[in-house]
Amino acid sequence: MLTPPESPAAPRVALPPVCATAAVTNGAANPPPMLRVEALRKLYGGREVVRNLSFSVRRGECFGILGPNGAGKTTTLRCCLGLTYADGGTIELGGLPVPEAARVARYRVGVVPQFDNLDPDFTVTENLVMFARYFDIPGRVARERVPRLLEFAGLADRAKARIDQLSGGMKRRLTLARALINDPDVLFLDEPTTGLDPQARHLIWDGLKRLVAGGKTLILTTHFMDEAERLCNRLCVMDEGSIIALDTPRGLIEKLIEPVVVEVYGEGVAGWAESHARAVVDRLEVTGETAFCYMHDPELLLALTRADPEFKVLRRAANLEDVFIKLTGRDIRD
Amino acid sequence: MSRRFLYLVERNFLVWRKLLVPSLIANLADPLIYLLGLGFGLGALVGNVDGRPYSTFLAGGMLCYSTLNSASAEALYSAFSRLKVQRTWEGILHAPMTITDVVVGEWLWASAKATLSGCAILVVMYGFGFAHGAAPLVVVPVLFAVGLCFSGVALIMTTLAKGYDFFTYYFTLLVTPMGFLSGVFFPLHQLPHAVQSAAWVLPLAHAASLARGLTLGDPMPWPWLSLAVLLAYGVAGVCVAAWIARRRLTK
Repeated sequence: MLTPPESPAAPRVALPPVCATAAVTNGAANPPPMLRVEALRKLYGGREVVRNLSFSVRRGECFGILGPNGAGKTTTLRCCLGLTYADGGTIELGGLPVPEAARVARYRVGVVPQFDNLDPDFTVTENLVMFARYFDIPGRVARERVPRLLEFAGLADRAKARIDQLSGGMKRRLTLARALINDPDVLFLDEPTTGLDPQARHLIWDGLKRLVAGGKTLILTTHFMDEAERLCNRLCVMDEGSIIALDTPRGLIEKLIEPVVVEVYGEGVAGWAESHARAVVDRLEVTGETAFCYMHDPELLLALTRADPEFKVLRRAANLEDVFIKLTGRDIRD
Repeated sequence: MSRRFLYLVERNFLVWRKLLVPSLIANLADPLIYLLGLGFGLGALVGNVDGRPYSTFLAGGMLCYSTLNSASAEALYSAFSRLKVQRTWEGILHAPMTITDVVVGEWLWASAKATLSGCAILVVMYGFGFAHGAAPLVVVPVLFAVGLCFSGVALIMTTLAKGYDFFTYYFTLLVTPMGFLSGVFFPLHQLPHAVQSAAWVLPLAHAASLARGLTLGDPMPWPWLSLAVLLAYGVAGVCVAAWIARRRLTK
């Protein structure tokens, strides 16, 4: 973390740029963002996979990037870490320009990649200690940090286990612990809970919440709406390389979607929805044998469904998934 | 140049230390089998080569060949595991390390490990009485240069490879023919004149010349040039490998 010295009583003197930054940091009203991305572009073989992307992440917040497969989430994260080079735009990570100073910026960063890359030649403890070395952290200091990190990751009894003896959830938690070995200011998590069972997922979420409560900045990609809704202070929805919405989870739901959803299932629901429901709902989507009816006041529709008892009816509040589907469509992305 | 590549060397050393015994046995057993099998078996038929027993002549060549093999195996198969299969490089690059740090670390590590394999042969040479006194020990830093040469070149293949199969081509099309063209198993002067001259383009011919010169006292035509050739191949190899790795990993 940037810890500027106490600014002496010499405010009139024109400060060089570095001190000017420090002065701004001191003014708690408007600290510089942890990550600032402006007009980011990235091409793969002529195809634009990130298009004019701009966002910034404040210190201490959990920022989510949602999007279907292939939306450009991972590419965006890799650009921000300096692991791949953008074709346009500017990135600043922890106040440092990326990719120019990406290596130095990474001293204050932890990364949980989409696919585990724990070192299978080492035990749990050795993984953490060796990874610390890459940050110029002496082995002695690293070994002191290990017990707390294993405690945090719920792996205290696995200190000497080999990597292939760990379950998928344990590996994810160890990867998270490894990302914390340098006590980073900001963590990048690329689909941190993909492929985990609900129990394992909840354990990871608890850990991430504790990190945010402890003042860390989190930037995560996910396609689990409940994950985003639970963890993120703000989130953006990405599709085909662009941000198509950015707000708090609640804000997205309130602004972008009707508050009530009635799902009607059953054979022949498509015809029924067109002839009966269309007129009384704000928005209607039919897929297979389900009609999703979005509206403000469901009473009329519910009365209609009672006349057709062969349909099953579910009434619920609109959630982030509805927003996501509305924004990105129902088509499968591979 | 920073010294961050030493962290990669440290990592590989720590892993190697865990498998120390099987690793050392492999280092010793494989060349020993060659020396015994070819040296004494074939040697009985061949008789003297360049005025000494064939086994002695062969040992001088095996010094390089064993170093070459060890450097290649580490820089090809093991490094490729870390690059692709285990994603070890990817993990390391999430830390404040660069691709150059990783590639240079792999290069130096493979060379150090290869030097050890060469030293195993040297021990065998002392054991059989092929080498005497302290003078042959000068070959040890030269073995490191041989390691740098062949691990540097091998890393190009590693950073290009899509899978392990690719390395079969490298061995079949490059390493094995080079072995027969470089005076490892039989003297270079057995070859036609034109081929002899061409052989000096190959680094292994220089390596074999230096190894026999320093351990057995054979005349070395151009010792400093030979060393320079080894280092040039190695440095060029690692530079190209780092460039390919950057293209591959920052895609």
